[in-house]
Amino acid sequence: MIPTFAKLIPWLPALAAVLCGVCCLWRPLRRWAAAICIASIVGAFVISVTISKAVVSRELTHVKVFEWIHASDLKVDFAYLFDPLTILMLFVVTGIGALVAIYAAGYMAGDRGYARFFAGVSLFIFAMTTLVLADNLVLLYLGWEGVGLCSYLLIGYHYDKPTAVAAAKKAFIVNRVGDLSFVIGIFLIFTRYETVSIAPVLEAARGSISTDWRDLLIPFMLMLGAFGKSAQLPLYVWLPDAMEGPTPVSALIHAATMVTAGVYMIARMLPIFELSPYALPTVAVVGTATALFAATIALCQHDIKRIFAYSTISQLGYMFLGVGVLSTVGGVFHLFTHAFFKALLFLTAGSVMHALAGQLDLRKMSGLKAKMPITCGLMFIGCLALAGFPLTAGFYSKDMILTASLEKGINEHAVLFTVLGVVGLVTALLTAFYTFRLWFRIFLGPTEYEMGQEHHGDNDKSHGESVEPGDIHVEHTHVHEPHEVNWLMNGPLVVLAVGALLAGMVCGDWVDAMVSASTANPQATEAVAHNGVHLHGLVMWISGLIAIVGIVAAAYFHWLNRAAADAFAQKYAGAVRVLANKYYVDEFYDRVIVQPLYMLGQVLYQADRMIIDGLVATVGFVPRALGLSIQPAQRGVLQGYGLGMAVGTAVILLVVLVAS
Amino acid sequence: MPDTPLHSLELSHFLLTGAVLFVIGMIGFLSRRNLIIIFLCTEMMFQGVVVTLAAFSRFHLNDTGQTFVIFVLTIAAAEAALALGLVVLLFRRRHTLDAQAWSELRG
Repeated sequence: MIPTFAKLIPWLPALAAVLCGVCCLWRPLRRWAAAICIASIVGAFVISVTISKAVVSRELTHVKVFEWIHASDLKVDFAYLFDPLTILMLFVVTGIGALVAIYAAGYMAGDRGYARFFAGVSLFIFAMTTLVLADNLVLLYLGWEGVGLCSYLLIGYHYDKPTAVAAAKKAFIVNRVGDLSFVIGIFLIFTRYETVSIAPVLEAARGSISTDWRDLLIPFMLMLGAFGKSAQLPLYVWLPDAMEGPTPVSALIHAATMVTAGVYMIARMLPIFELSPYALPTVAVVGTATALFAATIALCQHDIKRIFAYSTISQLGYMFLGVGVLSTVGGVFHLFTHAFFKALLFLTAGSVMHALAGQLDLRKMSGLKAKMPITCGLMFIGCLALAGFPLTAGFYSKDMILTASLEKGINEHAVLFTVLGVVGLVTALLTAFYTFRLWFRIFLGPTEYEMGQEHHGDNDKSHGESVEPGDIHVEHTHVHEPHEVNWLMNGPLVVLAVGALLAGMVCGDWVDAMVSASTANPQATEAVAHNGVHLHGLVMWISGLIAIVGIVAAAYFHWLNRAAADAFAQKYAGAVRVLANKYYVDEFYDRVIVQPLYMLGQVLYQADRMIIDGLVATVGFVPRALGLSIQPAQRGVLQGYGLGMAVGTAVILLVVLVAS
Repeated sequence: MPDTPLHSLELSHFLLTGAVLFVIGMIGFLSRRNLIIIFLCTEMMFQGVVVTLAAFSRFHLNDTGQTFVIFVLTIAAAEAALALGLVVLLFRRRHTLDAQAWSELRG
């Protein structure tokens, strides 16, 4: 009974995706799309909860849906692997997914792509649950590509908007780089272990000390795939642009779930990573570097969603640091808490956007507290959690990661990890500052705002086939005031806010137990950890203090004395310019990678046109030339044909007679 | 044999007659431009062939050639009806009987 239910987890949303697709076809059905999508995700969540007990007690470990690929040595089944880590991820994906879908039902109301949007979300949940449940790497890769596809479709949701289309392409192409490396990693695993099923591979990897060159290479290949999907240096550039998608998509895919797939994959394949002595330190270094790098960029951005995008990149960096210092519990715990507060932050940002008709520029809004008190409070909770304010969710998980890093550094006399821990603390300060800069700017201070150009949920948008945003603004006659959003949208936010406040305190031990009981449990830490120093309490105090300092600084510069902030920015105008332009990384990539590739493409195109097409054209010209040479024989004169026939017959007769 | 002209008729005389008829028909076919004349010339070529067939039939003392002649005449009659009908149609389209009016197949 339970295995049958368990099979349904990905397939309910898949069915919903198909049904929503049908709803796209016929207008009267469209308003049902949201209900179908929400029902399927809630169904998947309920099933996840129902089976969790059986999974934790190891009654349910493996479910085979059908045979997929059987070709000589390669046996790949469409089968699901259940362990506590899976359950945790399922809770995050389906739980947050359901809340975001409910919010989106209100947020997207009246949009002409309503059903298409929910078809995309359902398909995403199918792909993501498949990724999480995959029993083998090929199926995991299927889910991996599936979420990438849905991400592409939903970033490019406003397909008539050139920036959205460009962002969708960018996300897809940058992900290709990582995915190529990931798939090479899978090939290497197959050549090394002769199977792609996760359990046997990890079984073989665990405890073995290998000198096989492939064991040293595989983790780096998988790692690059994770960096692409989870937006880490050097492949993070797609995530800020991905904010062109609708806000619920940003919240669900580009903050809470899909981008954490990389962290999940490394946690899942941890024994493989432990085989190579350089793999996990590399993960930790890249994660920390990304965390600091993205946090500094976030300081000087003005687009609310982009600030949150950079903060997502930064927080993902923390998760990689956690996994990299073998604190998979910390990494996955941060993944868990981050899903709550970052989804909350994105959705409240969506509410602000909704209220201000698409306005996202931080400089064009101020003092909205009176206009939208509930959103203000909810975002405050999210900001506290992101900043790591004591006792909120982010505080506990971030603290766990930093503690693990510093303890590892001190106990193993590894300066590297100590430095990483300290950098993590500095990043925490920046995080608190930029988070509250945003909150103070939006909600406190004098009430001033400038409405944006687009009206979400406007009915006239749903009728027009190709209405320009500008036109809507002109046609729109009634004065649009910032207003609080309805409870269909605020309801899920309250749940998320409760999670953002309490998930750290309540779920810590549970996450610890779940992760430790799964393949993500590192093998080598226990002995050292028990003998070394314990910094837990100390780090807790320091990081709590840091968060408060960051918040107070933000309050001074961005609430009480905004002139001081402007003066400060004036003084360091150069640095501000570099940060506002995101370290010119996009420009650098464009110059170093995109343009040369474009030139190469041009060269190849010309070569194709001249050499290959020329050859083909020549071959095609030969029969034509032949035809042209004898074409004059067809004169169109009846007598001519008659003469030809007579002479021809005569010649043939003559030949026959002479020959005989 | 020169004193009995009728008895001196040999196969070659008939063949010569047939060939002359055929060649006259062909020359007419190649030189005239009136569709009806061209058509009549083809009929004449037919007759040349028919004479040859009948002569051979007599020469070999069997009926094969004559049987064939009957068939050829039958088909010629049918074809004559059809061809004249076509000529009428062609005339209606162009209001001329000149074969040069029909030269769409020029390459």
